[in-house]
Amino acid sequence: MKTIKAVLPKAIAIFLIFTFVCGIFYTALVTGIAQLIFPDQANGSIIEVDGKKYGCELLGQQYTDDAHLWGRIMNLDVSTYKDAEGKTLLYASPSNLSPASKEYEKLVAERVEKLRASNPAMEDSAVPVDLVTCSGSGLDPAISPAAARYQAPRIAEARGISEQEVLEIIDQCTTGRFLGLFGEETVHVLKVNLMLDGIL
Amino acid sequence: MSNVIQYILYLAILVVLAIPLGAYIKKVMEGEKTFLSPILTPCENAVYKIMRVKKDEEMGWKKYCASVLIFSGSGLVFLFLLQLLQGVLPGNPQGLSGVKWDLSFNTAASFITNTNWQAYSGESTLSYLSQALGLTVQNFVSAATGIAVLFALIRGFQKVKSKGLGSFWVDLTRITIHVLLPLNLVIAVALAGGGVIQNLSPGQTVPLLEPVAVNAEGEILDHAEIDLASQTVTVDGVKVEGAEIVTEQFVPMGPAASQVAIKQTGTNGGGYMGVNSAHPMENPNAFTNLLEMISLLLIPAALCFTFGSCIKNKKQGVAIFMAMFLCLAAALAIVAVNEQAATLQLAQEGSVNLSMIDQAGGNMEGKETRFGIASSATWAAFTTAASNGSVNSMHDSYTPLGGMIPMLLMQLGEVIFGGVGCGLYGMLAFAILTVFIAGLMVGRTPEFLGKKIEPYEMKWAVLVCLATPIAILLGSGIAAAVPEVADSLNNSGAHGFSELLYAYTSAGGNNGSAFAGFNANTVFLNLSLGIVMLFARFLPIAGTLAIAGSLVGKKKVAATSGTLSTTNAMFVFLLILIVLLVGALSFFPALALGPIAEFFSSIA
Repeated sequence: MKTIKAVLPKAIAIFLIFTFVCGIFYTALVTGIAQLIFPDQANGSIIEVDGKKYGCELLGQQYTDDAHLWGRIMNLDVSTYKDAEGKTLLYASPSNLSPASKEYEKLVAERVEKLRASNPAMEDSAVPVDLVTCSGSGLDPAISPAAARYQAPRIAEARGISEQEVLEIIDQCTTGRFLGLFGEETVHVLKVNLMLDGIL
Repeated sequence: MSNVIQYILYLAILVVLAIPLGAYIKKVMEGEKTFLSPILTPCENAVYKIMRVKKDEEMGWKKYCASVLIFSGSGLVFLFLLQLLQGVLPGNPQGLSGVKWDLSFNTAASFITNTNWQAYSGESTLSYLSQALGLTVQNFVSAATGIAVLFALIRGFQKVKSKGLGSFWVDLTRITIHVLLPLNLVIAVALAGGGVIQNLSPGQTVPLLEPVAVNAEGEILDHAEIDLASQTVTVDGVKVEGAEIVTEQFVPMGPAASQVAIKQTGTNGGGYMGVNSAHPMENPNAFTNLLEMISLLLIPAALCFTFGSCIKNKKQGVAIFMAMFLCLAAALAIVAVNEQAATLQLAQEGSVNLSMIDQAGGNMEGKETRFGIASSATWAAFTTAASNGSVNSMHDSYTPLGGMIPMLLMQLGEVIFGGVGCGLYGMLAFAILTVFIAGLMVGRTPEFLGKKIEPYEMKWAVLVCLATPIAILLGSGIAAAVPEVADSLNNSGAHGFSELLYAYTSAGGNNGSAFAGFNANTVFLNLSLGIVMLFARFLPIAGTLAIAGSLVGKKKVAATSGTLSTTNAMFVFLLILIVLLVGALSFFPALALGPIAEFFSSIA
């Protein structure tokens, strides 16, 4: 009991000091520096052209139009977020499915079949794995170069342009590995689509 | 080939950075001058002044332990109330309501124990105030608490025939002010530069390029024709009544970078977002990923070197480091090979392209394109070796054996680097166990670092080593018998059992990662997992301090030719063996029912 009486005031005092230092001071300092030096990045990397917003560079969207590049499989969430007027906002989450179950095997088979049907020009090649799997966040904004090139003939046909033009746009939206070593090469799906639509 | 280079570089960068940081931490904890002292020491002294703490106070182990418990207890109460009341407090631009009592308890227990298990989803449950004032603060101080307890144990080895283990308040303050704050300031700003959000605006919306149709029941309509002008939705030529056209996407905002930095360096792991560092706003690219991934093992690795120089036996620090490092490298290799190989179910007899040409290939379910297999598998091994628990891919979607290794790393007691401070004091308990067993074999009184190991130390060391297995096996055993828990499972069969086992393993290892399909937000799970976390954190702390208190009073025994060396390869081998033996014996039956059963049924 005596120890508790001696220790408790000190414990509370130091807890309050660190609540101020680590909670308020540290958070405010990082926010201040970030807003000063990196305003675009710190505010969510929103894509704006001539003052109009065209999506967020970091968040994937779902595409089903033949004339657009498709991204990772999305597990869409339309129940969590609403705007101020009560309109539904789109979000997404990971599948958390085991890739070793019978149910999963069936699910992937259906996805493969759908992709093969939509991309008849590629019927002889295997479907890149990115296109039949859900990502870790459900919001992955990118796919691999292999997955993007697989779709080029379909997009070219739907738009009546040459495959070469589509491949050039894909190349322009491809980011290499960090320092040439870390991570993977990625194609930014939204940027490709905005370029195809003539917005970017 | 490039993947192999990536794996090697990740491990190499870690070692290169850990050595100087280890030297810096040693200087700080022994009160020596560092290059930051001119700025930080005045701040440190100001804290002592306000608190009326004497810098040279010496606490006995019981007082040190009481201070840890009461300090953590205050944090528990504060964090519990903060979440409960966030609805009426400021700093809540999203207008979120108060968190339910059981979830508040779970999250509070989770953060004061350095676990950061997430039964909540950050962006939809917690206000900015709760994140900054509650979670961020606990990320700092729970990490500092772990390191402080480690230093109390180090002093047990350093000092001869004395009573005091130093002052908990001084240790806590020094670690926070000299180590955690400056390190995280740099990392947080770098992360914000890399694209991690750091602002105080409410969540935003952006338009969708292709609108999505939802029927009146909230289900998504596939193959819907959407006419925006007349706001009508038709499926196969039939108009759908009451359908809603979703034209905008939610973009979460808030002070993420500052919290992401400390959740990594403090081996906390609780993400700003629900999906943690898999979320593109929490970890947008390979640069931020490298920074976050190295940060999560940096301090636990550095502390091995700090330990060596503090006890004036650098070889001992290196020996402990090697034991941990070898286990980590082996674990990483197994995860990497299994994830790259993927499963028969995904391969579809060759219809799916799993090659590494122009793509990462392998099991990409639950993995982000920008991280691929190499950066995801490395993170999975790092985060479960350290008791960090942050994720950049979904462990629930790993292959059966690829997902078993993270589980096993936690079940080994979180001593393969483990949490900041607690991983090393856990490993030192295993070292005590090892010298005792080895001593028995050669018929000598066991000693470690010049101190005799006697029944009193042994009893506590066994408790420290067994706290995790007891907590995990009792917890998951009870939960498996509760019928309602079955509703929380996302997958069926053996994988479902793995989800449950992983949850209690994560709580018992104070790790915090999850097979995230498991819905842990129920009253029973919130309470039982919360209790498991508290038990697995504070029993080892008490045990470690009791050992320290006993060792500090002993005299040093001079090393003779008969003394068992604790710095050679033989000792490293024995130590790994004991860790694996305790882990394997405790968990083999449970693993056989989960991931191993799933593996065999998947190749059948």
